[in-house]
Amino acid sequence: MIDKTVDSPAAALVDIQDGATVMIGGFGEAGSPIELIHALIDQGARNLTVVNNNTGSGEVGLAALIKNGQVAKMICSYPRTTNSRVFPELYRSGRVKLELVPQGTLAERIRAGGAGIPAFYTATSVGTPLEEGKEKRNFDGTDYVMERGLVADFSLIKCRTADIHGNLVYNKTARNFAPLMATAGKVTIVQADKLVPLGEIDPECVVTAGIFVNRIVEVREPLQESELVAQGVSYP
Amino acid sequence: MSDITRPSGLTRDQMAERAARDIPDGSYVNLGIGIPELVASHVPKGREFIYHTENGLLGMGPSPAPGEGEPELINAGKKRVTALPGAAYFHHADSFTMIRGGHLDLCVLGALQVSERGDLANWSTGAKDAIPAVGGAMDLVAGVKTIFVITQHVTRDGKPKLVAECTYPLTSRRVVDRIYTDLAVIDVTDDGFQLVELSPGVSYEDVAEYTGAPLRRIEDDPRGRS
Repeated sequence: MIDKTVDSPAAALVDIQDGATVMIGGFGEAGSPIELIHALIDQGARNLTVVNNNTGSGEVGLAALIKNGQVAKMICSYPRTTNSRVFPELYRSGRVKLELVPQGTLAERIRAGGAGIPAFYTATSVGTPLEEGKEKRNFDGTDYVMERGLVADFSLIKCRTADIHGNLVYNKTARNFAPLMATAGKVTIVQADKLVPLGEIDPECVVTAGIFVNRIVEVREPLQESELVAQGVSYP
Repeated sequence: MSDITRPSGLTRDQMAERAARDIPDGSYVNLGIGIPELVASHVPKGREFIYHTENGLLGMGPSPAPGEGEPELINAGKKRVTALPGAAYFHHADSFTMIRGGHLDLCVLGALQVSERGDLANWSTGAKDAIPAVGGAMDLVAGVKTIFVITQHVTRDGKPKLVAECTYPLTSRRVVDRIYTDLAVIDVTDDGFQLVELSPGVSYEDVAEYTGAPLRRIEDDPRGRS
């Protein structure tokens, strides 16, 4: 019998090792698996490479993970956000590296990685500073740069509804990178607002099929990053 | 160049309204952050645009009342928005398939600089201590069919933003089609900047003085009046 549920965020993350590459879902706070991130802070793995569109805000969630010195490198498209103070400070002092990737290229690199595609060509970034170091090729009269597929040791994502097989449904614009990251993580760990019995999710409406999911932890009424930031909360 | 002599031209809202007038009925449109966001409030009567936000929504509606809305329904600027009847949610790869695959009709963006060849710089001033952040700007200009720019004609300290050659890091080359500023509407053509329309109370000389590359007069437009 397949049951991918685990009892707690801590139990879900127990084997994340130092030096791992970790994809973390979310666009700003929408879709950020904040309880999983906080459990990763408690767990303490260091020297991580983290893939996320942003770098978190305030001193909770992803920003707290970075502040705690666990992140050696960020791969992201937009590391500045309102209330993002932690990353800019550490980046300026050389304590965290940044690989800046255009947002669509980031999404496609993750999609490709999850699909077993090692590289692809895109027109995005041609003629700009972000084309530097990339192989270029002309197809049908247009220049393209080669981008590499991206995979991770672990993907941490959040969804609205899950069943024990790992079929997932998301919530509005919180979906963003999660379905892609689910495919690109060797181990994909999901925090779900709600766990439902098998058969309750209409198969026509499944967004991420359970084959991409390894572990599920139910987190009812998850914390909301913007509320914590407004309250000045700092994790831990 | 001092503030005192600079013609006042259009407000931010008027610039947005002017740009909205040029968007064809039925267009799928992506709006950048800043003045472009205001375009959404100025859809001309009888037209319907479907707004795309790259974080995964087609059919984006207006902002909810202050204090309302939900944290998981936001736009690319991470502000709360609404979803209109007929809206669709999708993941980032689908969203950028719409952008990079040429499915979106039009994108309205802000700019730091636009060159007379249509090169756009809008993501970085290249300052040494700046945190580089690109977001979806390079994808949008590489993939969307028509690119409008809305921008003040000059920087806060009076320097032209329409230039012969961008000095800031580029977002892409030869992508901008039309520019809406407080002073004028200007097309980017094979012959450089072509004046299309002057804002009320603004003369050709006013605009030309604050433009960092040659500006063709309306009467010299080889395409005729547009």
